Amino acid sequence: MRKFLKKLGFFICITLAAIFSLAPFLLFVSSAFKTQTQVTAIPPRWLQAGSLEFFHSAIARHGILQYLMNSIIVAGTATLVTISLGTLAGYALARLPRRLAQMILMGILACAMFPQIAIAGPIWRFMRFMGWLNTYQGLILPYVSLTLPLAVWILSLFFREMPEELESAARVDGCTRLGALMRVILPLSAPGVFTAAILSFIYAWNEFFLALLIMTDPLKQTMPVGIALFQGEHTIPWGEIAAVSFITTAPLVLMVLLFQRRIVTGLSAGAMKG
Amino acid sequence: MASLRLKGISKRFGDVVALSKVDLYVEEGEFCVLLGPSGCGKSTLLQIVAGLTPQDEGSVLVDGQPIDQLTPRDRDVAMVFQSYALYPHMTVAQNLGFGLRMRGLTKNMIEKRVLEMASLLGIQELLNRRPKELSGGQRQRVAMGRALVRRPKLFLLDEPLSNLDARLRVNVRLELKKLHEQIQGTILYVTHDQVEAMTLGDKVVVMKEGRGCQIDPPETIYERPADTFVATFIGSPAMNLFKGKFARSKGHLIFFNKNFSLNAVDVPSHLEGADVEMGIRPEDIKVTHGREKTLGAKVEMISNVGAEKYIHARIGTTSLTLRAAREAFFQAGEMISLVIDPLKLHIFQKGKRVE
Repeated sequence: MRKFLKKLGFFICITLAAIFSLAPFLLFVSSAFKTQTQVTAIPPRWLQAGSLEFFHSAIARHGILQYLMNSIIVAGTATLVTISLGTLAGYALARLPRRLAQMILMGILACAMFPQIAIAGPIWRFMRFMGWLNTYQGLILPYVSLTLPLAVWILSLFFREMPEELESAARVDGCTRLGALMRVILPLSAPGVFTAAILSFIYAWNEFFLALLIMTDPLKQTMPVGIALFQGEHTIPWGEIAAVSFITTAPLVLMVLLFQRRIVTGLSAGAMKG
Repeated sequence: MASLRLKGISKRFGDVVALSKVDLYVEEGEFCVLLGPSGCGKSTLLQIVAGLTPQDEGSVLVDGQPIDQLTPRDRDVAMVFQSYALYPHMTVAQNLGFGLRMRGLTKNMIEKRVLEMASLLGIQELLNRRPKELSGGQRQRVAMGRALVRRPKLFLLDEPLSNLDARLRVNVRLELKKLHEQIQGTILYVTHDQVEAMTLGDKVVVMKEGRGCQIDPPETIYERPADTFVATFIGSPAMNLFKGKFARSKGHLIFFNKNFSLNAVDVPSHLEGADVEMGIRPEDIKVTHGREKTLGAKVEMISNVGAEKYIHARIGTTSLTLRAAREAFFQAGEMISLVIDPLKLHIFQKGKRVE
């Protein structure tokens, strides 16, 4: 009986937590599929026949596809660069003497602690100086530098767990150090790489402040900025905002669900004795 | 196949000396075993030969050519690791073929060599499995195959049997010996197991604290240990060592300590009065019922290992171990008479063997 109550309590807590975090999400998902009249109806109705009216208007009237494309380019490139650099740095840190590596990792972490507002000004001035305002690289570069610390941490901790004998085996078998990293260590670190990649991508995808600052040209703006600038002086198009929020969030959710399967822990089981 | 020469190899890690001026020559086709307790530097030496760890001093020569500047991939050595280090994301076939692929062999060539190797080792039916689906013995085989299939100049084996259970280890040991006779490869083999060293090696290097104590064929290592470390490290139970002095009696030098004295033959005269250690293997001490000059000892304990028995006894305050036949029956506390073959004595002065 006590066991049952314990389980019940656990279940209730989990459910409350889930409702708490999912409610806003459900609200805008349901709003996205409403029609103009339904969205302002009082009392609000949860379940409606799916209407794509808002999606249509968001795409046709607000040119949301351009934002989407900008977001994909910026977040995608930033993630690729972050993972490439993070892999090399993380590997080096995993193989450096422990104490030295720890010092460098702490330094990297310290860099990640600056409040964004404090570095926004310098970044903007730097980008203006480079003539990179309203360019993709103007946003990709700061995103890389902001996501790199976390990626380096995750990857170096992952590489550190990789048995060094595997790498030695690859090198004796005819790989260079880099070859051993690419052919043996990296495939086995896939869970770590995906984790770092997803976190970097989510950050770059959702980032608002720098994007607003650097991209003043509507043709270069990313999704979060696009959504925020939807509202006109007199109107707030809730329906379109919900639809676009759905379009923004869906790829992330989809990606995490897809990669979850690839984040198979214990991939390296069986390499060693046991 | 190639010969290997190590010249004055030294290596330190911080303040710890891992290797100090190690010299070694391994002939083409020779099976050379590095034997020593853990931390004696034997694995480090292997890593240096493979090029995975750079040495501080000294040189590694293959066929007389220094290879110190070469990366591991250019040294053409193959290595078997203690953990096997199979690539978990590859099948057995891919594991076997990896080294060949890295060396740019054609796909057909790789397949042919992998199949050959698989049939030599009897692992054909495992080719499509992944390492985690294999048993310990099978993994060990694949690890061996991955080294053999490359046909390198040199095989480096780092405790390849230590992760197998005892019975399997004996089988694989025998197979390894056969395999070596078949392929005639030059092998440098690291182990801490003296049975492996004695049964496999054409030549055994006994190492301690980064130095080679003795480099000799296994028979010599056992019969003429160069120092007290080798003497007590090799052989189980360990050789008895008695501290004492030589004194002259009736023209002969006689060993004595405070509990007993022993006749010895051909003792160099300069040992008269010197502090020495006398070594006697357990099997060279016999229990007797005859009338010869004997030593009286008191039985303390019997270890029965099945095929034979070991008697732990005491002469006064001196403990010693001797071997007895399986049928022998003794009881703790019993007094026995011992004879020691004077031709089987090992004399050490300041830790070194005296001939």
